[in-house]
Amino acid sequence: MWFFVLKRAASTLPVMLVVALVVFLMLRFTPGDPAVIIAGDQATSEQIARIRATLGLDLPLHEQFFTWMGQLLRGDLGVSIFTNLPVTTLIGQRLEPTLVLTATTILFSVLVAVPLGVLAAWKAGGWIDRFVMVFSVVGFSFPVFVLGYLLIYKFSLDLKWLPTQGYRSPFVDFQGFLRTITLPTITLGAIYIALVTRITRASVLEVLGEDYIRTARAKGQNERKVLFRHALKNAAVPIATVIGIGIALLIGGAVVTETVFNIPGLGRLVVDAILRRDYPVIQGLILVFSFTYILINMLIDIAYTVLDPRIRY
Amino acid sequence: MNTTSAASPVLSVENLTVRLPAGGDRANAVTGLSLTVSPGEIVCVVGESGSGKSVTAHSVMGLLPKGQLTASEGRILLQGEDVLAASPARLRDLRGTRMAMIFQEPMTALNPVLTVGDQIDEVLRIHTPMDAAARRERVLGIMGAVRLPDPERMIDAYPHQLSGGQRQRIMIAQALVLDPALLIADEPTTALDVTTQAQILKLIAEMQARQNTGVLFITHDFGVVAEIADRVVVMQHGRVVEQGDRETVLRAPREAYTKMLIASVPGITPPERKPILGAVALETKNLSKTYGGGGVFSGKTRIVKAAVDVDLTVRRGETLGVVGESGSGKSTVARCIARLIEPSGGEIRIRGVDVAKMPERELRKHRRHVQIVFQDPYRSLNPRRTVGQSIMEGPMNFGTSKADALARARDLMGLVGLQPDSLDRYPHQFSGGQRQRICIARALAMEPEVLIADEAVSALDVSVQAQVLKLLDDVRRRFDLAVLFITHDLRVAAQICDRIMVMQNGSVVEEGATRAVFAAPKHPYTKALFEAAPGRDFGSQLTGDAAPDLG
Repeated sequence: MWFFVLKRAASTLPVMLVVALVVFLMLRFTPGDPAVIIAGDQATSEQIARIRATLGLDLPLHEQFFTWMGQLLRGDLGVSIFTNLPVTTLIGQRLEPTLVLTATTILFSVLVAVPLGVLAAWKAGGWIDRFVMVFSVVGFSFPVFVLGYLLIYKFSLDLKWLPTQGYRSPFVDFQGFLRTITLPTITLGAIYIALVTRITRASVLEVLGEDYIRTARAKGQNERKVLFRHALKNAAVPIATVIGIGIALLIGGAVVTETVFNIPGLGRLVVDAILRRDYPVIQGLILVFSFTYILINMLIDIAYTVLDPRIRY
Repeated sequence: MNTTSAASPVLSVENLTVRLPAGGDRANAVTGLSLTVSPGEIVCVVGESGSGKSVTAHSVMGLLPKGQLTASEGRILLQGEDVLAASPARLRDLRGTRMAMIFQEPMTALNPVLTVGDQIDEVLRIHTPMDAAARRERVLGIMGAVRLPDPERMIDAYPHQLSGGQRQRIMIAQALVLDPALLIADEPTTALDVTTQAQILKLIAEMQARQNTGVLFITHDFGVVAEIADRVVVMQHGRVVEQGDRETVLRAPREAYTKMLIASVPGITPPERKPILGAVALETKNLSKTYGGGGVFSGKTRIVKAAVDVDLTVRRGETLGVVGESGSGKSTVARCIARLIEPSGGEIRIRGVDVAKMPERELRKHRRHVQIVFQDPYRSLNPRRTVGQSIMEGPMNFGTSKADALARARDLMGLVGLQPDSLDRYPHQFSGGQRQRICIARALAMEPEVLIADEAVSALDVSVQAQVLKLLDDVRRRFDLAVLFITHDLRVAAQICDRIMVMQNGSVVEEGATRAVFAAPKHPYTKALFEAAPGRDFGSQLTGDAAPDLG
């Protein structure tokens, strides 16, 4: 088992290298020179050249790449052109809200979606099933920002139950955290609940037709255990896959949700960095997001082997 | 096995009727069925597919699919208690404690993500207040009783780590751990190899004798009936055709249907056959196939030798049987010859040309000479294409005009005993036997010289099997085909093969004229295979009879 984890972790290294290379080249080949943008409209060509030299942009491409890789290996993502703060610091400051929002969203969605999907599969064709299906289609088709504003309108402006925006750290003010995180979580979770419910339903429905379900019933097992002990565990691999893909989707969704609810997370940082053409920050963020994605993929692969003893790499 | 009659029955089914959903091909799955099982008695319910035997078994367990099948009339008394009237909770209490069931497919009947020990233990957790240590003791005990090797180690194994026979033993352990009064076995040995089948049948008989368990044994196989039954119930179209003790039903059946079924069972003694001296159509030399041993990254070092130095020849007009259990490499050989998989070494000569290593481009024109009929007629025809399209596709790929291909397809449909007009129908509109006929027509459309039948009759009911065997024999004669007949069934091999070749672990262990090998098997494995064949005495009753004429 541990050998597998090590092997799997080692196999992500080449992927990460390729990602770093692509990010590097993408920005280098994008039209526009960061030095020109930094120097501003009135700059002379000497000023621009000086800035280019400070940023190391006058060096040959491969030297730039190796310098940058050297920095990366030391955990240095460079310095923001706009704020002059190290990118690692910027990301570090914004990491908590995004991580917390992602975690609450996943937790909330899985807790709602999996039982809902199992129930729908169990009563396939019945009214619960139809209701769940309609609900998940609606969840799919609502854009995140529309749902966000609708929820704010109802629960914050109309009923005045919850604040319209902001973020409190759960480590500082737990009640405030709950009040601020609820609407973003629901907003971000809607599409996710829809996705996970559908896949849970489909996957459990398929498993319920299997012979070992009949065996479990023949033993005298009750329906709840048949569903959750026998069916769900067998249906878990596709569900875990979708949850993993969903985490990647969440990152995209977080950008919009954090903007709507004014949460100072990575999503907001992305938007700000892009608006300001802050290349080191964009570069750093893309890397962080890619690495997260690779990491999640690895965790899912490891989860497969726990969920299904037949899967061995 | 003892025939008790004095004791009150464990199971008494009275006038059971199970309704089918509206729009089926008949109103009831089971009509007016009555039978009893006494303690210590094995009652075999035998019938072909669709006869209602499994529905009967599932009705007793209360496991009929909800909303589709409902027992509308009659009573099912388990030790006097009507299970049809029992509440769902009461029914759950009875399952596992007073009645238990084992199923056909040990591969799929066990939950793949739970350990086998856990699955046996589950029965104890549901029905007893025993603590963990006592339960473990009991699980180990029953695993020992069903003769599983090293229960201490196996208790933590997952189903996929066990062989088919071991899994079926786990199923039996799970069913019998609480000593139920009634055991229902639904085709429990059908998916197993013949030697494993013999062991499992012996085990069931042994286990039921231990606690005087009543057994309702569902099967389609008269060999198994002859081996294990005390009494026999013959079913057709949801009704009981005939019931009585084993000797009476098997030796002196009253009803025409029973007689037909029994006559369809191929005898295990091969008829006299003249040696075939036609030209050699297919020849292999040192044919080998090795799996595994992949690259450095796969980390797999396990090498499986699926076929090792297989030499065979098949002459035109001859049927060579390849006999063996699962994993013996017989299908691998067939697939290599058809070049569906790449052989690792050796020669495959078809009409004298070695195709073993031929690149795909050149191979194409040779492909038509070798055609295959597969085991499962439900999956080997494309459900989205009409049977006509399926039959005509091959010849048209080789340049036959559509009109010619259609004419040939119509001829072939007639030849295999189907309506030429039904070419524009889809596979699901045909029965299993009809589909297998279509598969044969599809193969013949290519005008092959070598026809490979890979377990081509194994999925069919006996009466249909006899017809398809006869058809295969007909087309062999008519087209002077070299037939490579892959089978695990010795009875079938006895009836159709001129020569047979016995395979074990990828190697040929014995080869010779069918009659000679059956009369005096030399290799220990061949002997073991023959000894394991169920109901050999019963089968021998058929010797001397010509193959049943049912076509």
